[in-house]
Amino acid sequence: MKYLKFLLVGIFFGIVLVKSEAVSWFRIYEMFRFQSFHMYGIIGTAIVTGLLFLQISKRKHFKNIIGEQIDAPKKEEGFIRFIVGGTIFGLGWALIGACPGPMYILLGTGVYSMIIVIIAALLGTFLYGILKSKLPH
Amino acid sequence: MEFILNPWPWYISGPLIAFVMAILLYFGKTFGMSSSLKTMCSALGANKFSDFFRFNWKDQRWNLTIVIGAIIGGFIAIQFLSNHTKTDLNPTTITELQQMGFENPGATLVPNEMFSFESLTSIKAIILLIIGGLLVGFGTRYASGCTSGHAITGLSSLQKQSLIAVIGFFIGGLIMTNFILPLIFKA
Repeated sequence: MKYLKFLLVGIFFGIVLVKSEAVSWFRIYEMFRFQSFHMYGIIGTAIVTGLLFLQISKRKHFKNIIGEQIDAPKKEEGFIRFIVGGTIFGLGWALIGACPGPMYILLGTGVYSMIIVIIAALLGTFLYGILKSKLPH
Repeated sequence: MEFILNPWPWYISGPLIAFVMAILLYFGKTFGMSSSLKTMCSALGANKFSDFFRFNWKDQRWNLTIVIGAIIGGFIAIQFLSNHTKTDLNPTTITELQQMGFENPGATLVPNEMFSFESLTSIKAIILLIIGGLLVGFGTRYASGCTSGHAITGLSSLQKQSLIAVIGFFIGGLIMTNFILPLIFKA
């Protein structure tokens, strides 16, 4: 039962990303060619809505279910990891047209070859874990 | 019902994605889809190889539950909530992609040329899927977040590290789409 709410959030997230076409490889291509406003509209309104929510929760001291102040997690310090890691991620995102959320969602829509992508992504994550200490952050 | 079955406009979809972030923060968790990959690695035994995976993955079961939900959500959306409208792409985009050899841009969510079972008999398609997956998996952990963690959560909480990461996402994405894809799919 404890997990039911997360299952429902996942289902909702999957439906929204399919219905918004954010899981479409073609929409990602179009975005990186600056040929459509659609994806910028989605990401932009998500950020603005999220920003309003976080600002209001800060001012009104909204608490989460365990009674702590609602706030976004703080990112680690650094520069190289964000710019280099981000660029590597972006290369993959534009190639397969899917970031981690859509990989799973597309699998649910019947794109079974996503299993190959997910396994490769697990391998990529594993490689990072192995090489972490040797990489500049 | 038409409204549900048709593709949803961006100004509805964006705020709904922010709602997912908000509700997860309310549940005392975070909106970060790529963390599930790290959790799965740890659950599959990667903790034997690196400290990075040495944590109690069972504490992250909520994240794996979201993954299962997302798969179910994708199924529900395509089976019951869709009238299979063609994606309304820019005509220029369609022409470009056709010139690169993509037969029916926008008719499906992903190009058959890369993802269909027929394509999986081609070494090229499989290599592209593997390289793409590797880049996403490696890059997202190196940058410690993906679109949900950096572009949505990080930017809406005004963190400069996330801005740097998103700039990186765009550097990589622009290079791939504008320079590498045209080389891979030469007309």
